[in-house]
Amino acid sequence: MLKRRRYLIEVLTAIGLIAAPFVLPQLGFTPTTINRILVWGLFGLGFDILFGFTGLLSFGQSAFFGTGGMVAAYLLTRLDFPSVVLALVIGTLAATVVGFIVGLIALKRTGIYFAMITVAIAEVFYFVEFNPLSEYTGGENGLPGVPAPSVHLGFTTIQFNTDWSMYIFLAFWYFVGVVVALRIVRSPVGAILRAIRDNPLRAAAVGHNVHGYKLMAFVVAVAYAGFAGGLLGLMQGFMPPDAFTFDTSGQLVMQTAIGGAGTLFGPLIGAAVWLYLSDFFQTTLHLGATWKLVLGVVFVLLVCFLRRGLIGGLLDFGALFTRRRRRTPPERAPIPVDVASLASLGPPRRRDEAPFSGPVIEVRGLTKSFGGLVANKDINFSVQQGELRAIIGPNGAGKSTFFKMLTCEMSPTSGHIFFHGRDITGKSVASVCVLGLTKSYQVNQLFNQLTVRDNVIIAALADRRGTFAPDLFRRLQSVPGLDAQVDATLAMVGLSDRADLSVAELAYGEKRRLEIGLALATSPSLLLLDEPLAGMSPRERGETVQLLKNIRRGRTLVVVEHDMDAVLELAERITVLHEGAVLAEGAPSEIQRNNLVQEAYLGGVAAA
Amino acid sequence: MVNWANFVSQLFNGLVLGALLALMASGLTIIYGTLGVLNLAHGAMFMLGGYAGWLAFTYTNSFVVAVIAGSLFVMLVGVVMERVIIRYFYARPHEDQLLVTFGLGIVFVETVRFFFGSLSRTVPAPPGLVGITPLGFMLYPTYRLALLGIVLVALLALYLVLYRTRIGMVVRAGIEDSAMVDALGIDVHKVFMLVFGIGALAAGFAGIVNAPVVSIAPDVGEAILVQTFTVIVIGGVGSFPGAVLGGLIAGEIISLTSMFNPGYSQVMLFVAMTLVLVLRPYGLLGTAGRE
Repeated sequence: MLKRRRYLIEVLTAIGLIAAPFVLPQLGFTPTTINRILVWGLFGLGFDILFGFTGLLSFGQSAFFGTGGMVAAYLLTRLDFPSVVLALVIGTLAATVVGFIVGLIALKRTGIYFAMITVAIAEVFYFVEFNPLSEYTGGENGLPGVPAPSVHLGFTTIQFNTDWSMYIFLAFWYFVGVVVALRIVRSPVGAILRAIRDNPLRAAAVGHNVHGYKLMAFVVAVAYAGFAGGLLGLMQGFMPPDAFTFDTSGQLVMQTAIGGAGTLFGPLIGAAVWLYLSDFFQTTLHLGATWKLVLGVVFVLLVCFLRRGLIGGLLDFGALFTRRRRRTPPERAPIPVDVASLASLGPPRRRDEAPFSGPVIEVRGLTKSFGGLVANKDINFSVQQGELRAIIGPNGAGKSTFFKMLTCEMSPTSGHIFFHGRDITGKSVASVCVLGLTKSYQVNQLFNQLTVRDNVIIAALADRRGTFAPDLFRRLQSVPGLDAQVDATLAMVGLSDRADLSVAELAYGEKRRLEIGLALATSPSLLLLDEPLAGMSPRERGETVQLLKNIRRGRTLVVVEHDMDAVLELAERITVLHEGAVLAEGAPSEIQRNNLVQEAYLGGVAAA
Repeated sequence: MVNWANFVSQLFNGLVLGALLALMASGLTIIYGTLGVLNLAHGAMFMLGGYAGWLAFTYTNSFVVAVIAGSLFVMLVGVVMERVIIRYFYARPHEDQLLVTFGLGIVFVETVRFFFGSLSRTVPAPPGLVGITPLGFMLYPTYRLALLGIVLVALLALYLVLYRTRIGMVVRAGIEDSAMVDALGIDVHKVFMLVFGIGALAAGFAGIVNAPVVSIAPDVGEAILVQTFTVIVIGGVGSFPGAVLGGLIAGEIISLTSMFNPGYSQVMLFVAMTLVLVLRPYGLLGTAGRE
């Protein structure tokens, strides 16, 4: 379906842009208003990639809108720069460089911190523009006299000096902006950005450099802002200093939320609503500043009741009808999967490194203390190629801490971890995952807003592309080997026929299998499983034990599990942790007979 | 070149501004720490306090009544806002909370503009506190001196409520782990409402006591909100001592830089914030794990 309609949105956008000058004036939009809508819509395209797709709410985009605009306007007015487009590009580059540095600082923290820092940074730009740099920016007067753009075609020169010719110029750039944004959204990076919004912790755990991708989204947003700022100056023939104000950032955020974040066209729709209301209240009703009060109320109501904005609301409304038609058969109960018969994934992809014959993982003197509490003390541990090792121990024995240190989610207080003979102590979770070591979580860590297939795609991507790759314009479908790996993983965990459902629609046992599937899709040579049977019914346990038996072909597995029957059935060797230290290690039969182990588990009752 | 009297008076100005920012930041940070909501309408509440106080003053001509009216009105606004809107946002993502409080801030500002216009208003200092006090080494406006005392008393009161009362203990426990407080059988919802009210009260109080120094206008809260954010990033989210320390640092940076060039005060504040972010990402007195 998607393939057939590959350029549908692009074509519809082009049709809309061509039709707009004929339709919108009938509705009361003036040409100037329409042009402003386009500039704000373009500004918003980048912002939506940052906010709607990545989940980073910046209240400081005015800084880059202003910077791009001022640089372009300065080049055109003070330096009589010959080419308008080149000035736009240089302005955009300047904004991008500045934005990259700002991003480095602002992205040190996430959530509300990010919002606060961006506000503070934008305020600095505002003050700098007004005071220290006023010689260049015109201070509170801005930069007047920005020439209208023109294009030299050799035989003739096209001037974009009227409202409607300016519309053509702006519509062209808006269209380019949409095409680029769609490419980004459909690229592997776009998929990863959505995963980061959904569950940044897991996105890192399956091998993605979350900070790097966030910075990339920020830089994309900044570039759009800079370019749109340049267009603002061209459109008005004047670069206004109020592009730098907090109100500009606020307006962008509100327009995006009104139209619908995560839709790309939300900011455009939001801008249309905003500017139309402003015109209507001020020129038709003569109510002056009241429009902003009305808008504020409308905005609050929208955020309360229509959280995905106007476009999101329309899509949801439309989905009500299509779903009723499409899904008349009632939801089926989850069908038990005959896991034994499922395809095996085959051995993990060989990473090109020198063959290593020692233990897959080796831990020396690993200690972790939290203040005075020692969770792990001086653990020595190693697992051979192809082994299935179980780690058991009473609650509080330090198993989870140990696992977290193995995957580098937590750094040890002292000691070293060697993976295939390489010291990985202190590396990031993402880079360790790409080396071939990952974990499935005790509590599901899925991408809940994505489909089952997309979940697995996210996990397989880092294995295919590494922790970070700037392939913004590559199609997701064209990543070599991705489809095969995703299909094989889905088949392996018995979710092939559930691939297009969203995670929320899965039964618990299926979510557990997907949890393991995410880890498997990263093609690990060593897979850590943290209580894979937790919370399962007896039948689901049986299925999962069989699944683990399938998985282990060609892989090394370490399992933390409380289900002793499963442990004894699966494991070749068992390591017992007790009070943060290794109590015993050996074959299942040895462990069963071990007095110390019995004592630890049964609380000092001497076994006969 | 540096004039010592000027320097000391700027130092005092910084202290006054710092105390005010500390009060604003404390209000914001106890709300965030307990409820997990960053209230972007906090600046608008500062403004509301000023206007409510100004309105009360025009009717009664009493500064004390103005302060009480301004503070209580904003507290009421906070409580109503929490009951009617904010509580439905606890379970929603941070972005939605930011959006709704941002929108409410605009509604507050524009409502005030609708009724009272954009012109700025002044509330005179109370009769006994007008004029200039000689401090021996310099002359200093009496009300500013009094303001420093007033705000410090307010901070002390907030400290006593937070650290010496049962409700304060619950609030501090809630900042640590609100789910656990809930599990202990304490009615968290009532606490949430109260905390939002206290946070709003702090903003409203700051708004009216500052009115004799800086005249009020509908958008007066915006600049102070931005500075409050910087204070919190410097001091650390969810930390009352951090808010006080951050406030004083920010106040002094702004004042002392203004002595040389007011245009750079915001820049220097930003430099300080960046330094803190690089050296101590969780703020001077903040702890890891709060986002």
